[in-house]
Amino acid sequence: MTAPVLELRDLHVTYGGTVPAVRGVNLAIGPGETVGLAGESGCGKSTIAAAVLRLLPRSAQVTGEVLLAGEDVYAMKPGRLRAVRWTSAAIVFQGALHSLNPVRRVGDQVAEAIELHPDRLGNQQGKLTPRDVRRRVAGLFEAVGLPAARVRAYPHQLSGGQRQRVLIALALACDPVLLIADEPTTALDVMVQAQVLELLAEFQRERGLALLFITHDLSVLTTTCERLAVMYAGRIVEDGPGHDVFGAAGHPYSAALARAFPTIGDRSSRMAPAGLPGDPPHPGDLPPGCPFHPRCAVSVDACTTLDVGLRQAAPGHTVACVHVGGAAESGVS
Amino acid sequence: MTEPVLSVRGVHVRYRAGGREVRAVDGVDLDVQPGEVLALVGESGCGKTSLIRSVIGLEPLAEGTVTCSGVTVTRSAGRLKQLRRLAQMIFQDPTGALNPRHTVFRAVAEGVKIHKLPGDVRDIVAEALSRAGLRPPERFIERYPHELSGGQRQRVLIAGAIALGPRVLLADEPVASLDASIRGEILALMRGLVDDEGIAIVAVTHDLGLAWNIADRIAVMYLGRVVEIGPTEEVLTNPQHPYTRALLSVVPEVEHMEQTILTGEPPDPARIPTGCRFHPRCPVVASGEAERLGILAQCTGDDVALTERAPAHSAACHASG
Repeated sequence: MTAPVLELRDLHVTYGGTVPAVRGVNLAIGPGETVGLAGESGCGKSTIAAAVLRLLPRSAQVTGEVLLAGEDVYAMKPGRLRAVRWTSAAIVFQGALHSLNPVRRVGDQVAEAIELHPDRLGNQQGKLTPRDVRRRVAGLFEAVGLPAARVRAYPHQLSGGQRQRVLIALALACDPVLLIADEPTTALDVMVQAQVLELLAEFQRERGLALLFITHDLSVLTTTCERLAVMYAGRIVEDGPGHDVFGAAGHPYSAALARAFPTIGDRSSRMAPAGLPGDPPHPGDLPPGCPFHPRCAVSVDACTTLDVGLRQAAPGHTVACVHVGGAAESGVS
Repeated sequence: MTEPVLSVRGVHVRYRAGGREVRAVDGVDLDVQPGEVLALVGESGCGKTSLIRSVIGLEPLAEGTVTCSGVTVTRSAGRLKQLRRLAQMIFQDPTGALNPRHTVFRAVAEGVKIHKLPGDVRDIVAEALSRAGLRPPERFIERYPHELSGGQRQRVLIAGAIALGPRVLLADEPVASLDASIRGEILALMRGLVDDEGIAIVAVTHDLGLAWNIADRIAVMYLGRVVEIGPTEEVLTNPQHPYTRALLSVVPEVEHMEQTILTGEPPDPARIPTGCRFHPRCPVVASGEAERLGILAQCTGDDVALTERAPAHSAACHASG
């Protein structure tokens, strides 16, 4: 069995000592695997993205382990960390306009990432000539479907879809093993979103890239991800095959999320928008017991005091709910 | 057929940008019936937001008329203030649309005072909050936006709109900035206002799932025009325009449909193509089918109007006509 590309072991991230944003997350991604991480704002999903490459602010306390190809990111010396960023794992952030430097040409911004990693991308002596860099940038632009002349453009001269492509080119600059995409298509139109998703899927197939896909839009995840993890209040509450989690959710929260995105043509959702009463809890003020119980339609007395961990619902499918596994009746669909 | 509560006739909206003329809305006719939800869908730049903004004069009408419950507004004349009470806008981002230093009371009461509604302002505000699902209203009336969740803020905006007793709500991406679990609650509230109070809603959205959830009819816009309009189920399950088909094929909410990903960027309303405005991206043209059907010259040369394909279901396409 090959070692996972990324493994999170009991990861906790607490902001300012009092706001537990991530509360004990275990997640492993194998080589070439696509895993979706879904949840609403404040559930901790973007904190996880930043935690993988140690990009969190100083006020964040991190415990547990983040292993990139078996190596603990939080035990790395600064030089090693710099080498690993962008080569072992790279991030495509949301909001392409804010992630690019507005006063530098986009081609130069991609070149910068390449120039910082001569040991990996250079010749046998670890040297990179300006010509190598230019050639590599041109190749990346071609790969993401941007005209070669666009290397000389500034971010404001590009459309939203083009900027997102630049960010993907940037993330792929150093041939990473793992790509973390944090809401990569949220600000994009459906047609452009489809183009970007297709592009990511293509790289995943051709380069054997492992992909961690983070979004609140469960419907996007089911079409792209073979495995899906759903987060609520800093924990993973369900983890399993994508179509099972979306189509036959074990956790009432995942089921509600799935219902929020209707299938067109499905008579049961026609003129019947489905939501959840209440709001997601603030990470600094979590309800006791299962943090979902105040919004849960099938909660029982035990839920107010008992916060159950992930239990096996089926092989390769775990759910953190008292109704799953154990003795409780299966009243959840 | 009943009298439409909102009627848009020959509306054009134009801007000047960088010395070029941008035809954001390029000739639209629409009728909205009382107690109906019409979803207006399309990509960025298709003119859907400009169209509903022009209804209440937030964008000047270059040509055409807007009539709401008997009040007519044109480019140069009309009772715009009166129309603005009858047609109320709900904006996309409730955080940006609320003044952080104003209480819920002040936010909702503002319009009530401007339009000098009869009765006690506090009662009107409390009733509107309650209708918008913020119950009991006393619990919310003195709060500030930062003390509310995103869903509650959107309810405050809706309360501010319905406090004036409008006949039409114009909602610009009403749930796009909300979390998934909140989305359904707000959509249910909107549908409830339509069913219980007979308000009509025009919802601008890129979200076809929203249309499936609450809309009676759907109008698909492309480069400033409506290219297909009809009953939601008809349009979404039996689309007549190739653009609608392409749009449906890429949304994750539709299962078992082969993807037609249109290449290129969203079209530019400053450079509207001649002929059918969709022809440069049209799969029917690109696949050579238009040529086989012998309509290629029409596609590239003749503009095309909406024609009825089935009862109340129209599309603007030279093919399959």
